[in-house]
Amino acid sequence: AAPVQVQLVVPMAVVFGPGAVPADLPRPLPFRDVQEMEISVNLRSSVTSRYEMLYRSTTAQEEAALAAATAREADAALYPLQDPTLGSLTMYVLPETSSLLPQGTSVYVGKHRSALLRAGGSLAALQARLREVTQLMSFTATSIAAALSDRVPDGRLGPDARRNLKSSLGYEITFSLLNPDPKSHTVDWDIEGAVNCYVKPVLDKLSLVANFSVDSQILYYAVLGVTPRYDKASSSFLLSAHSLPHVINPVEARLGSSAASLYPVLNFLLYVPERSHSPLYIQDKDGAPVSTNAFHSPRWGGIMVYNVEAPASPQASLPLHVDVDMARVMEVFLAQLRLLFGLSREEVPPEFLLESPGNEGLADWELDHLLWAHTVENIATVSTTLTSLAQLLDKIGNIVIKDDVASEVYRAVASVQSAVTKLSLGNLHAAFQASKEAVTSSERAFFDPSLLHLLYFPDDQKFAIYIPLFLPMAVPILLSLAKIVRETRLRKKEPTKMD
Amino acid sequence: MAAAVPGAARARATAALLLLLGCYGAALAGGLQDQAEQFLRSGHTNNWAVLVCTSRFWFNYRHVANTLSVYRSVKRLGIPDSHIVLMLADDMACNPRNPKPATVFSHKNMELNVYGDDVEVDYRSYEVTVENFLRVLTGRIPPSTPRSKRLLSDDRSNILIYMTGHGGNGFLKFQDSEEITNVELADAFEQMWQKRRYNELLFIIDTCQGASMYERFYSPNIMALASSQVGEDSLSHQPDLAIGVHLMDRYTFYVLEFLEEIHPASQTNMNDLFQVCPKSLCVSTPGHRTDLFQRDPQNVLITDFFGSVRKVEITTETLALDRGGVGFESKFPEEELATEPLKYAEQLPVAQIIHQKPKQKDWHPPGGFILGLWALIIMVFFKTYGIKHMKHVF
Repeated sequence: AAPVQVQLVVPMAVVFGPGAVPADLPRPLPFRDVQEMEISVNLRSSVTSRYEMLYRSTTAQEEAALAAATAREADAALYPLQDPTLGSLTMYVLPETSSLLPQGTSVYVGKHRSALLRAGGSLAALQARLREVTQLMSFTATSIAAALSDRVPDGRLGPDARRNLKSSLGYEITFSLLNPDPKSHTVDWDIEGAVNCYVKPVLDKLSLVANFSVDSQILYYAVLGVTPRYDKASSSFLLSAHSLPHVINPVEARLGSSAASLYPVLNFLLYVPERSHSPLYIQDKDGAPVSTNAFHSPRWGGIMVYNVEAPASPQASLPLHVDVDMARVMEVFLAQLRLLFGLSREEVPPEFLLESPGNEGLADWELDHLLWAHTVENIATVSTTLTSLAQLLDKIGNIVIKDDVASEVYRAVASVQSAVTKLSLGNLHAAFQASKEAVTSSERAFFDPSLLHLLYFPDDQKFAIYIPLFLPMAVPILLSLAKIVRETRLRKKEPTKMD
Repeated sequence: MAAAVPGAARARATAALLLLLGCYGAALAGGLQDQAEQFLRSGHTNNWAVLVCTSRFWFNYRHVANTLSVYRSVKRLGIPDSHIVLMLADDMACNPRNPKPATVFSHKNMELNVYGDDVEVDYRSYEVTVENFLRVLTGRIPPSTPRSKRLLSDDRSNILIYMTGHGGNGFLKFQDSEEITNVELADAFEQMWQKRRYNELLFIIDTCQGASMYERFYSPNIMALASSQVGEDSLSHQPDLAIGVHLMDRYTFYVLEFLEEIHPASQTNMNDLFQVCPKSLCVSTPGHRTDLFQRDPQNVLITDFFGSVRKVEITTETLALDRGGVGFESKFPEEELATEPLKYAEQLPVAQIIHQKPKQKDWHPPGGFILGLWALIIMVFFKTYGIKHMKHVF
């Protein structure tokens, strides 16, 4: 794999509120500082992170915003005063005794690209806290290593690392409603409305990352592959955690996918259990029912079980009409979508308070997190692709490179160089776009159908075919040529002999 | 004897039995936990299968039956059709010589019809060529190819590749007219590895001298099995007198029997697959190669390659949504690109679909060359041996 040397630059502003300036500042405000850290991936590839920090004190407008009642209002008021570029961060430092943050939290991370911190007393403590927050909001060594996972030697990464969706130019999302018992349930789901209302805002925010296409379908008589157990204690049916892996397969054969697109497909299935197996709950490893009643599979999608309430009167006529509560369903599906992309909020230290992103689905800094990982992954992919293409072309010397393949290679090289430069300047958005172009061009060049090595015969095969044909023919020719040469030489000598 | 055992001894025996049961229970729970951890150890998230039968003609019925049996097992264990690329070089089920049309049997007395009702053949008949096979593996497919004919694997895919047909030392014959060498196959796998198109690859080949095909592999994470060593022939199993041909090859017959006992949750590992079909049953010596594989075959489950057992995680987070929203206005309205309306003939990117230059399959020297060569030969002959012979020729 080709060596990758990338520098990730994060422009940051650390703004001290009144009364929050530590006593041991090295220089008076405002001043700039740079912190560099090396994330070594393997022997030849390394990623350095460089945080360019500007320490300053608050402006009058920011002070007014920080005087709000709650952290959320302060965050909303501060948003227009911040640097809006992708990848940048703004940290507001509040006095240790500030009441803006609730008791027990020392860091509040907002919906956009800013956080409110309590001053830690000394500059060192503050910097430690800053480092934690900035790593959470931009990238960590593990997230970068996960993006470069095919270069990291096996065993160094945990099992979580290779589960996120790979960076791709587009994704197809399919919502499927599975109704195994149409005789008992007539299920109505307003999927179009739900997609317009809840899914589109999230996909709109993610549109920077990739193109998304959404479809939906309803499948009848589609059963899960596993028979649930009846549990007398809760008088419900249970699916245990270790039977979940076998649930997906029988359904998958019927899911289908668009014949035209080659993008990875994310399937979100809503399963309405049969009347004879209702209510159905999913058990986790400890035997407790899962509150969301849903599970997901990395790089595939998610399944949610939607239980129908038993009708009020036992003599209700079948089929029962079921109106699916799309908001509840979408809460789970969108959470699963976030988890598939790797945006999890589970490993956050307890004294951090993260603002919920609401209908937008993900906070701005989470989008940045994705962009950092995808940009690094794209750059690594392009360098591997182009290197292996070069090796292939070296190995088969007489391969013919068409003009468009050559131009794609040039374009890929130019784009990836531009991406690396833009990353070192701190321009995340432009770097990501350049890396996407680089990936498109390099894939088009590598997978061009004309580069099949079967079509180009190595020289030894050519010899093997033509020698049996031409060698027997050539023997009398060569012997005759030799005879001609001998005769000519003899004739030249004859005049001297005759004398 | 029961009456004579004193009460204290009986109590002690019961206590010992209970203790044993307790230990066994704890060990079982621990074992299940271990199995769960072990299950997580293979790093794949999806499974693909590429099943290739390379022989044509009615008397090679057994090769089609081989491939279809593996297809059937793989589907039964969970890999969906969308993840299987099935290449059959000839159609046995609807062959005019088939006394039972629409069936392909693998056991004599027509016990098992492996053709079934839902076979999806992706490459059929003359489409099964070395070029198409290599295009499928390396991904260098023309853009007009449909999704079902592509191998859309990624770096977390485990791929099973099964090939059967007639082979020799270092090559495998396709369609009786061309062949693929072990060097080309190894290079194709290396191209796949360079682009990380597989996580782990299991290569099974059932041909004569099959072990020669995996001799040249050099990419990591490949495990290979073959039905016979170099210099040995793979033999067929049994003929069916009603159909008139041999129905299966021995190695695949015993592999199919072995796979019939595997279910999606089974924990059988690869070492058991290596023991299938010893020399007494198979007459040839099956071989395998695991030096390129990183994990110990003991830890590799059969279902890692033949089945499709997915990793799942319980969803514990939800997203708090603000309900009752109205229809959504996109922040980035789609730009309307002004395009000219295309005429019918221009709608397809013809230049991309049809190659600009006609691709010449075999390089024939131009006719003038041969004529010139013969003229040279004749001229030299007559110059050497005298022009007087010329009048005897013409």
